[in-house]
Amino acid sequence: MSVDRASEAVHIEPAPVVLRPKRTFGQNIVFFVTHKPLGAFGAGVAIILIIVALSAPVIRTHDPYESSVAMQFAKPGAERWLGGDRLGRDMYSRLVYGARISLYVGILSSLIGSTIGMVAGVASVHFGGKVDLAVQRIIDAMMAFPGLILILAIMAALGASLNNVVLALSIAYIPSTARILRSQALAIKEMDYVLAASAVGAGNWRIIMRHIIPNCFALYIVMVTLHLGGAIIAEAGLSFLGVGTPPNVPSWGGMLNGAAANVTVAWWVAIFPGAAIFIVVFAWNVLGDALRDVLDPRLRGTGTG
Amino acid sequence: MRVYLTKRVLLFFPTLLLVTLAVFAILRVVPGDPAVLLLAGTEADVEEQYTQEQLEAMRKKLGTDRPIYIQYADWVWKMLRLDFGESYFFKTPVYDDIAERVPVTIELGLLSVILASVVAVPLGVYSAIKQDTVGDYITRVITITGIALPNFWVAIMIIFFLVLAFGYFPPLGYASVWDDPWNNLQQMIFPAIALGTSNMAFIARITRSAMLEVLHDDYIRTARAKGLSERVVIFRHALKNALLPVVTVFGYEFGRLISGTVIIEVIFLVPGMGRLLVTSIFNRDFPMIQAVVLLIAVIVLILNVLMDLLYAWLNPRIRYS
Repeated sequence: MSVDRASEAVHIEPAPVVLRPKRTFGQNIVFFVTHKPLGAFGAGVAIILIIVALSAPVIRTHDPYESSVAMQFAKPGAERWLGGDRLGRDMYSRLVYGARISLYVGILSSLIGSTIGMVAGVASVHFGGKVDLAVQRIIDAMMAFPGLILILAIMAALGASLNNVVLALSIAYIPSTARILRSQALAIKEMDYVLAASAVGAGNWRIIMRHIIPNCFALYIVMVTLHLGGAIIAEAGLSFLGVGTPPNVPSWGGMLNGAAANVTVAWWVAIFPGAAIFIVVFAWNVLGDALRDVLDPRLRGTGTG
Repeated sequence: MRVYLTKRVLLFFPTLLLVTLAVFAILRVVPGDPAVLLLAGTEADVEEQYTQEQLEAMRKKLGTDRPIYIQYADWVWKMLRLDFGESYFFKTPVYDDIAERVPVTIELGLLSVILASVVAVPLGVYSAIKQDTVGDYITRVITITGIALPNFWVAIMIIFFLVLAFGYFPPLGYASVWDDPWNNLQQMIFPAIALGTSNMAFIARITRSAMLEVLHDDYIRTARAKGLSERVVIFRHALKNALLPVVTVFGYEFGRLISGTVIIEVIFLVPGMGRLLVTSIFNRDFPMIQAVVLLIAVIVLILNVLMDLLYAWLNPRIRYS
């Protein structure tokens, strides 16, 4: 499970001074595509995923909830493009709707978790001393629960539902983001421009909002992207186990539930949802790695892609 | 140095306190009154089957009629003595169930880590030596693939492949390695592979970046300048130092492994801790969930301290500073 793979990105060195002419937005896109082909591929898949999720009601062929006895484990064909599942529901339509679930959970939980994490990390540095010590112990305690175990504990307490999955995942992404943004904020705090700003009389609030947060933002975007991939896998895992979204909801993980037992009868039930998860998570991860290299040169070489 | 280590060990205790508080709050306070849970059973619709007297008697028996902080202190005290209470569902001591399942998960985890490292370390070293070549690029794609593959899908695909190619369905369940080693190996090897894919990718990535960092160090240039063969430079000088962070990462690997075992054990019906946790969630068996979650968190905390100490011991640059 790649819940905590973002913890690889912790080696942070002082920024080298880089002077380069400003590029236009179009030139930036060209630069990204030519220098990071894998990342551009990831961005392409991500855009397709968003389009599929938004247009699900239009491009579906059947009602994803509608079961049919005649179509039980129907082979892929004209009537069921990607076959039927064990209740005869249309795999293609469920897959298309599943993109909505994956994106909903992925975007919401990675944004909420990373944002709270960033605020905690920056506040920890800003207030320092006892506050920092206390916040760091809370982060330590949260990190003692391995990703999925923390998520399962929260799901056990709250019960299985889509929004509880979002809540549990958001909480799970706070500590790693807080840790990494704290070390980034610590480095920025020592920069000359922060000293210069405080010398000309800028207040604490202004230094945080105008200097520290903007300089943490690239790392924040990278964390959101990496967590998004992790969240999609985690949601699929929870729904696969039956403790995430309710079983009738077309989630990619839920569609794989029971697929192992029927793999000899209906391979399509096992192949398509899994392949969808894999391609999408792969895409988000390479996009995250490429963004990390492009947006934050200090982290270059700590990952791959 | 000594100051650092003392501090590191001392910080363990406040963190442990917070961990117990978190488990108590999430799994004991949030789910509601255990007396109601016990009387109503797992079905929500049989709520009215008990009287107020029964409820109060049950609260008294469980000790939940006392103030919450006393309950917490009592709970921590019991946990410290490994008294995990009685399962709501099986009505047996939680300790027995856990003690039975821990060795199974340990076997699965160890097998998976061994398999993963045997592949990952050479892969990472190769990728680093051949940095920015086609070989490096392919290896990097393999590792990102390993991270993006959901392990439960890998498990399903392994079963699919075995059935399709060999008409072989791995024996599910668990036979003790001492009683029936051949059956045990067949039962454990495929879950271990499924569990190992993402760890393989993770270890390979860390080996690669650690190796790259070391290869740019001055002493490597000196070794090469001395005229040492590339093989000696890489294996004797670089790898030995690059493996430092890799070794300590194994401590943190525990958390990733235990996360992975949850789903893998369910698919292959391996009776380990992960499967116990999932069945307990379905049974709303909170004493069991509390004990499993707390045990895992405490092991992680202890491993983290041990790994930091090990790192300091292995790395003279830290030891003497």
